[in-house]
Formats: sequence, C-alpha cells, structure tokens
Amino acid sequence: MELALVIEKFILVAIIFGISLVTAMYSTYAERKVAAFLQDRVGPNRAGPFGIFQPMADGAKMFMKEEIIPTQSSGLLFIVGPSLAILTACIGSAVIPWGQTLTIGSRVIDLQVTDINVGILYIFGVVSLGVYGIMIGGWASNNKYSLLGAIRAASQNISYEIAMGLSIIALLMLTGTLSLKEIAQQQHGFWANGWFTWNFFRQPLGFLIFIICAFAETNRSPFDLPECETELVGGYHTEYSSMKLGFYLFAEYINMFISSAVMATLYFGGYNFPFMHHLGLSENLVTILGVVALFAKIIFFIFFFMWVRWTIPRFRYDQLMNLGWKVLIPLAIANIVLTGVFATIFK
Amino acid sequence: MESLTNKKKVLESKPLNFWERAYLPAIAQGLSITIKHFFKKPATIRYPEEKREFSENYRGLHSLKRDEEGRERCTACGLCALSCPAEAITMIAGERQAGEEKLYREEKYAAVYEINMLRCIFCGLCEEACPKEAIYLDGDIVPSDFLRKDFIYGKDKLVEAPLNQ
Amino acid sequence: MSLFYFVAFLSVFFSLLVIFSKNPVHSVLYLILTFFTFTIHYFLLNAQFLGIVNFIVYMGAILVLFLYTLMLMNLNQETEPVKSNLLKVIGVIAGGCLLVTLIASLKVSGNSEMVILKDPNLGLVKNLGKVLFNQFLLPFEVSSILLFSAMVGAVLLAKKES
Repeated sequence: MELALVIEKFILVAIIFGISLVTAMYSTYAERKVAAFLQDRVGPNRAGPFGIFQPMADGAKMFMKEEIIPTQSSGLLFIVGPSLAILTACIGSAVIPWGQTLTIGSRVIDLQVTDINVGILYIFGVVSLGVYGIMIGGWASNNKYSLLGAIRAASQNISYEIAMGLSIIALLMLTGTLSLKEIAQQQHGFWANGWFTWNFFRQPLGFLIFIICAFAETNRSPFDLPECETELVGGYHTEYSSMKLGFYLFAEYINMFISSAVMATLYFGGYNFPFMHHLGLSENLVTILGVVALFAKIIFFIFFFMWVRWTIPRFRYDQLMNLGWKVLIPLAIANIVLTGVFATIFK
Repeated sequence: MESLTNKKKVLESKPLNFWERAYLPAIAQGLSITIKHFFKKPATIRYPEEKREFSENYRGLHSLKRDEEGRERCTACGLCALSCPAEAITMIAGERQAGEEKLYREEKYAAVYEINMLRCIFCGLCEEACPKEAIYLDGDIVPSDFLRKDFIYGKDKLVEAPLNQ
Repeated sequence: MSLFYFVAFLSVFFSLLVIFSKNPVHSVLYLILTFFTFTIHYFLLNAQFLGIVNFIVYMGAILVLFLYTLMLMNLNQETEPVKSNLLKVIGVIAGGCLLVTLIASLKVSGNSEMVILKDPNLGLVKNLGKVLFNQFLLPFEVSSILLFSAMVGAVLLAKKES
C-alpha cells in the first residue's frame, strides 16, 4: 500500500471521526433547542450567543464531575461498558460513502474510508455489537435497575434487528449489491426512466419499517425503554457518573448520526441531489455539493428523531414486543414478497 | 334507575377501525401539531433581562415611607407587627430627641424595624393596619441570597431614600 | 502468515479462558472474543460474507441471548451445586475419552495437503450465492426445512404452558 493512500485515508478517517463527534456534540444542543421550540420555550441561551457553547460547557462539566465506581461493581467491566458503547458507535461510519470523488491535482480521492462489498452487513454487525456496551455496563453496575435496563436493551435490539434485516433484504433485491457505494451510485440524480431513482420511492414500506427499527436500535424515544426513567431510575446508566455517563449519552447521539447517514444513503440517494449533472458544474463542485446534500439529509433525519421524541410518548414494554414481532416482521416479509412480485412484473 | 335529568350520555367504545389501529395517521397528526408549535413564538420571559409587567396592586418588597418634608412617617405603634399573620415584623421604639424633628414626624419613632422576608407572606395586612400610611408593599421581588440572616431586612433597606438626594 | 498465527493463538487463548473463568458471565464475554477472532479468520480467508454473518449472527445475536440468560440466572459460586467425587471422576474419564478420540482421528487423517483456494473470490457474496443456489441448492433447502422444524418445535414448547 502506498504511503500517499495511507495518509489520505488517515486524514479522511480523522475528518469523519471529528465530524461525527462534533455532530454528536451539537446534537445534544440541538435536542434541547428542538425540545424547547416544540414546547414554546427558548432552550439553552446562556453560554455564548444563542447558547452555542452549551455543548462545551456540558462536556467540561462531565469531565469535572466526581467519578464514582460502586464498590460492588465488577471493576474492569464497569469501564469496558461505556468504552464499548462509544467504540461501536464510532466505527459504523467507516463504510458510508460521504461523497463522490474529489480530484486534487492528479490525485483522485474517494470520499469513503473503505468500500467493502458487504457494507450493509458490516453496519448491521456494528449495530448488533452496540448492545454489548449497554449490557456489560448494566450488568457490571450490580444494580437491579441497571440490569433490567440492560436486559430490555438486549431483547429490544435483537427483536428489531430481525425486522430491520428483513426490510433491507427487500431493498437488496432491487439493488443487487451489498456495497453502500454502489447503492449510492444507483440512485444517481433524482429522476430517470420515468420514475424516481431514490430507493425511498421504490421501497416506501421498507423505509417505514427501517426507520421504526432504527428508532428502536438507537434506543430513541418512543422506544427508549432501556433508560425509562419512570420505571428504572436511569436504566442501564443508573450507576454511572462523570464522563462515563457522558460516553453513554454521546454514543446514543453518534448512533443517531450514523443511522441517519445510513438511512440517507440507502433510501434517500446519499450524496445525490436533483439535477446534479445538468447544472454544468465542475466535478469537484458537484462532489462538494453532494456532501452538503448528504449532510442536509442527515440533519433532517436527526431533526426527525428529535421531533418524534418530543411528540410520541414511550411505548409499554409488551407493546414494543408486539409491534416488533407481530407487526413489523410480518410486514417486512410481506414487503419482500411484494417487492419480488413488482420486480418481476416491471423488469 | 331512571335518569333524573336526561343529561346522561352513554359513551360506547367503538372498536378501532383500520387506520386507527395502524397508529400511523395518529402519529402524523401528532407530529403536525408539534411542528406547528415549532414556529410559534416562545412564551418564555427571560427573567433577569426581561420582566413581566407588575399589576397595579402587586405586593412586593416593603418600603417605609417618608412624608412630604422627608421625615419618616412610622411612629412605631406596632399595629403592623400585631396584624402580621406570619409574625415577620419586629420593632423597637425610640423617643425623638430634640433636634431630630427633621428626621421623624412623630415624637416616637422606630429605632429598629426589621422584617424577615423568609417569613413574610406578602399579604399586605401591615399596609392595611398602618394608621400613618408609613408602610407600603410597593417594591420589587425580594432578591435571592445565600444566608438566612441576610433575609432579615432592617431600616437600612426598608426606609425610602430621603427626598432631594 | 504471522497474522494467522497471532489470531489463532488468540482464539485458543480466549477459548481456554472461556473454560477456566469462574464467573459464567465472564466466560460468555470471552466466548464473544473467541468468536470475534473467528471472524478475523474468515476475513483472512477472504470469506467476507461468512465472516460478517458469523459476526452478526453469532456475536450479535446468539451470544447476546447467552449473555441475557446468564445475567438473568445470576449464577455464581454460592449457587453452584456441589458436585460429588463420583461425578468428577466420570467427567475426567469422559473428557479423556474425547481427547483420545480426537488425537486418534488426527493421527489417522495424517498430514493433509495444504488447502489452496481455486477461486480466491469464492467468499464474496455474489459467488457464494451462485454456488449456494446452483450447486448446493438441495442441501440449502433441506437445511431451511430443518430450521423451520426447529422453529415450530420452539413455538410448540413455548405454547405448552397455557
């Protein structure tokens, strides 16, 4: 492997890592602001103009707080929990195509860290790994509420992973590839051959199932039962304090960012935007606009996550399981059949 | 039993139809309601910078009044302390000496006049009771503080600023 | 090749830890690590699909359920039933028999030729799918029937109570 490539990838990884952390940081701020606006309030406005330094203040607070490790907890695992949570949240972004290629001089830079040909499955793997952080942390706390939260997280994630996987299968029947880069390329532009190119318009039901499962997988309201404070104090992070708690909260926001990116890439055309090649712009400019378009989509989805959180009350646990097993899975299977029928008819 | 008023209305719970069971239209409705609020003006008043207008008869911090010549009106009769349901007012009377006519209107005046703001319930009975129109609850909100003793307001804080100063 | 030996060492090491750790939850956590090293093995063989499926299904689902059950049961040394000496002796004999069988079978098989992949891209999704749905269609479908019957059995067992 040539050195230039290594450096290029290294810079790309650093940038993506930085962006996902900053996005997660500002998601905490955005969450509070969105909540405030939806409730006719103002939200944080003390730290800096419009409170934009609030995340920094929160971060400083988290670092300064006293670090409490319960004596009855199992030491190492108590620390492994949040580390694993944030690790699995961060590595998901490796396979997402952030844009097309940039040409600098004679060098063509691909705005994707790596294009493995099982991209979607990789993301699935990482998502399914994410529950370990919660489970280990919840168990290691040696607290019944934490344990209940951990157990809820585990069963919820496993149940919704199945429906999520089935909804993806229908999509894969249309795309014929598992690579996210190719999926993004197939959705080129906006309109082609008398129909929209974006997968959402070919898989509306699949998208609906996917987004519901994404809410459940990221433990977001209305499926935030693992940290349901009315029943479980704080859920799996009851015993956590200081930056370890911060890591858990942070991991949730990074997960939200990654799942928004995945949804935008799979169903909403990724970096593609309408008329991208009819405006007569240079390739590099189109790429940069594409990245902006992708981020606009991601920000919309993050906003949607928050919008839903401040609208819908939390599900009851049996309702959650009923929805997952008795509604979403049959729907996803029906979606696969329907997709197969339509794909054969319109071939 | 026969209903007496005919106002009784029997509510029957109908089974949900398909769209109600699908839950999604309801969610869309909810989302549309919340997004409407997103564009509404916040109802918040950012307190230290902005203040809500007080009503005419708002009862805030007490002030001990002076008369038109700048003399303290209070004559330490103790009626305010007597009327106070929270027993927040304490006073010690003093006799006016010669040469103090400019300071106190009556021959007897309050040497010490203390109101415990933590006890006060701002009912305004002291105001009602005062025969000399010396005390009024026309001030602002009592500011916060760290120590209990700092909430006992003496004459230094209660008496109006002298005239022409 | 050195990477292979390193990962192989890790898999053996972690699988030993699975057996020797006193706490069952720790044991499952080591099992997760063992499966993770298996995933790396698959990737080293360029079997990306199998590797990632191992990752998702074993690490991401089955072991989560393992961990789930063990956390619920809350096993520890106090609740562990005391085993009699007879049981221990029987255990040693059974384990020894297994060891002998394994060694014997290894000896019989002798040194096999090093397996060389004819097609290095066999592990990619597309090629795997083609092989699976052409050459091995019957075994594939039969295994699906097997899984289906297992599922029906599980549902029946769960329904029995009511």
